[in-house]
This record gives sequence, C-alpha cells and structure tokens, in this order.
Amino acid sequence: MSEEMFPEPEWLSEEVKTGTTIIAVTFDGGVVLGSDSRVSAGESVVNRVMNKLSPLHDKIYCALSGSAADAQTIAEIVNYQLDVHSIEVEDDPLVCSAATLVKNISYKYKEELSAHLIVAGWDRKKGGQVYATLNGLLSRQPFAIGGSGSFYIHGFVDAEYRKNMTKRESQEFVVNALTLAMGRDGSSGGVAYVVTIDKGGAEEKCILGNELPRFFDQ
Amino acid sequence: MATVSVCQYHPGGFSFENCKRNALLEADINKLGFSSPAARKTGTTICGVVYKDGVVLGADTRATEGMVVADKNCSKIHYISPNIYCCGAGTAADTEMTTQIISSNLELHALSTGRLPRVATANRMLKQMLFRYQGYIGAALVLGGVDCTGPHLYSIYPHGSTDKLPYVTMGSGSLAAMAVFEDRYRPNMEEEEAKRLVRDAIAAGIFNDLGSGSNIDLCVITKGKVDYLRPHDVANKKGVRTGSYRYKHGTTGVLTKAVIPLNLEVVEESVQTMDTS
Repeated sequence: MSEEMFPEPEWLSEEVKTGTTIIAVTFDGGVVLGSDSRVSAGESVVNRVMNKLSPLHDKIYCALSGSAADAQTIAEIVNYQLDVHSIEVEDDPLVCSAATLVKNISYKYKEELSAHLIVAGWDRKKGGQVYATLNGLLSRQPFAIGGSGSFYIHGFVDAEYRKNMTKRESQEFVVNALTLAMGRDGSSGGVAYVVTIDKGGAEEKCILGNELPRFFDQ
Repeated sequence: MATVSVCQYHPGGFSFENCKRNALLEADINKLGFSSPAARKTGTTICGVVYKDGVVLGADTRATEGMVVADKNCSKIHYISPNIYCCGAGTAADTEMTTQIISSNLELHALSTGRLPRVATANRMLKQMLFRYQGYIGAALVLGGVDCTGPHLYSIYPHGSTDKLPYVTMGSGSLAAMAVFEDRYRPNMEEEEAKRLVRDAIAAGIFNDLGSGSNIDLCVITKGKVDYLRPHDVANKKGVRTGSYRYKHGTTGVLTKAVIPLNLEVVEESVQTMDTS
C-alpha cells in the first residue's frame, strides 16, 4: 500500500501533544514528581493548566509526555488494570507492577503510540522508586526526566542531583529544574505541578507562574 | 465489560476496505476533468463555560463545503441525554454520527444503571471511541452537562485526548473565542453574564473567522432544566433589496400563440392501499 492511497486530512497533522517537561526524583523516604502544564496542538496552546501528573493508585503516580491522547489512554488503562490487580492481591500494588504494566503497553504498541510515561511512587517493600518506560524499556533510576523540555536541563540535573536529599531539597530541585526548562522550551510553560509521595500518602501542589524561582533573565 | 452497546465491537480498528475503490474512482473522475465532492466540514466556532448553576454551550451555525457555505443555519449543538449536550466541530457527518451513537449507548447504559447519566461517562465513551479510530474520525467536541456531582465541561479532540476545564473553545474560530474568554471569564458567574460572555465569544469567532458565520445558538443547562435557544442571536441579517429587477407583464410582445391539445385516455387504473396504521 503506497502513501498516495491515503490522502491526509489536514487536522490529522495537528495532533494534540503535551510538549512537556516532566521530572521524578527519589529522596530518602519517597519520591517527588513535577510537570509543567502546557498542551499544544500545532502552534496554539489548547490547555494551559493541564495536570500531567496522573494518579495510577493512591501512592503511585505517572507523569505524561508526548501525544496527549496516547498518554491519557495508557494512564487510564493502567489505572484500571492496577485496580483489578490490587483487588486480586488484596494489598496495595508495588510501583514495579505499575511500571511493568505501563512498559507492557508501551512495548507492545511501540510503533503506534508516541507517549513516554515516567512512573514513580512509594510502596512498603522498596520505598520510593522512579521508573522510566521510554520506548518500552523498564529502567529503575534515582531520578528521571522526560519531554521536549528535558533536553535543556540534562546538564543541570546531572550536576545538581545528590543522593539522599531531604524532602524539602528534592522539591526545590524539582521546581528549579522545571523553571529552567520552562524558561527555555517553547512547548513547556504555564504553572508547575508538584506531587510528593511518601509513606503517608500523596500531596499535590500547584505553583503559579509568578511564584516560580527567578533565574538570570537578561 | 458490562456495558450494553448498540454497535458491534470491531477488532482491528478502522476499516480501509473502500479506500482502494475510492482512489480508482477519484482517478477516473479526474481524467474527465471533474473533481470529487469534498466532505462537508463545519469550519466552526464552538465554546462552553461553567457558571454558578450550570453550563452554557454556544455555537455558530455555518456549515462549509470547501469555500462555499453549504448550510446557513445548521445545528451544531447535539443532544446526548436530557442533562448533557455536545457541540461538534470538524467533519459534519463525523460529529453527527458520533454524538448519535454515544447518545444511544448512554441511554441504554442509563436504563441499565437506573440513574441519570453522568458527564464523565459520556466523556469516557467518546474518548475511547475516538482513540480506537486513531484520529480518522474528525470530530472535535465540547461536551457539557449537569449531573448529580455538579456542572462539568470537557473538550474532546479527534485523537482521543480530553481536557476538563471551566471554559473551552474549539473549531477554526477557537482562538478568537478564547481571546474573549481569557479577558472576561470569572468563576461563579450569573446566568445572564455567562450567556453574554458565550454570545460574545461566538460573535468574535463569526466576525473574525471565515469558516464561521450566520447565527449564534446557545444551550443553557442547569439542574433539572435545559434552555435550547436556537437562534439566540441573529448576528447576520440578510440585507433588504431596495429595488426590483423584475420585468413588468407585457414587456415582451407576444407574436404568435399555438395551442395543441394532447388527447390522453385512461388505459388502466389500479389502486394499492398502503398500511399507514
């Protein structure tokens, strides 16, 4: 089948993407996830306050990036599968299980989907964990960044990350990273959402644009 | 899954069976020098806003076929359930059929649960169907309604992503309408203010976007009541002609007149009664 058989309708080329910055970091006793809030379709912003940190379970969240439809659908499917799984085992699910479910979908439909989810959370067995699931790989990491804005902060996070930060320091680290990325990436912006997950549960916070830290801006 | 649905589940996504035939027909038609008819789109402005007691949905009424207006007064606000309505932008047939299918499935679902359907349910059904067709169904929708959990408003894109927001716009005139919303939206507005805001947003789309035009339809949904105002505002009245180009009777002189009677006789008469009970 050749390309000429299927003329592309014009709105197909304006798929809704979450050109994004997402980041997840472990600290001693839990994880901190952060994301920006911009959703674009072509050159226009269709949602400037989208929360890209989606709950998969009480203490497991995932950060969405890439195509909005693909990412939302994966998150909703895994939310459902995790619910069923946790009822079957009669206990809270492991972060590893959630990440494996996401990885299975990402790998099986690798050619059709274009979304990258970072899965992070807290469970009783291994505490705070962050998993990257890019392209169907499953990799546990001390921290992970993703989305179009992440390219601008690779150097920053590599230089500034230290093991065993406190909860406060990790939150500051995440907010600083997001601010720097949003400042340089055209597809990231809006407000910053930060979720902190530890033994006691998940705490969501929204930091408005004018409350973000200021960096050199000349 | 325990959902009762009208449609059969199609495994394997979109059916491409007719594409080869369409391509051959297109080639044949082009050889003769004609072009095949374009799909009718609703180059549109649609929007919705959540106010104190409910939701106000608004839409223009122009349907375009290429650069020609196909319908000057089409209805873009579709019924989903007694408490949920949906505006549609994109390909007219797609929005029409998609909303009808989901309306039908939702009614069956409501009969099965015994409850008034929720807006979140309609949203899930729509997004799952649109995702299954991977964006080939060109329906961009603004879904709004009031259920037992309060007023809700969603925007749904052709690829299957959704956003839950207090104010949304869609269609070719969405940027013009969004400009009005970003300027004047406040949370917990009164009904009159919300209706004025939606009317102005659609008007901005009508006057600044070539694909939108004609009148403004509004739909105000509150708990227990729906006001379908069609048209709410006739923004574009057709002008009145100041003169007449008609020729007076007798302008053309009659030279000759010939009357030829056609003699017809009834050969056979049969009456078929139709059961119209």
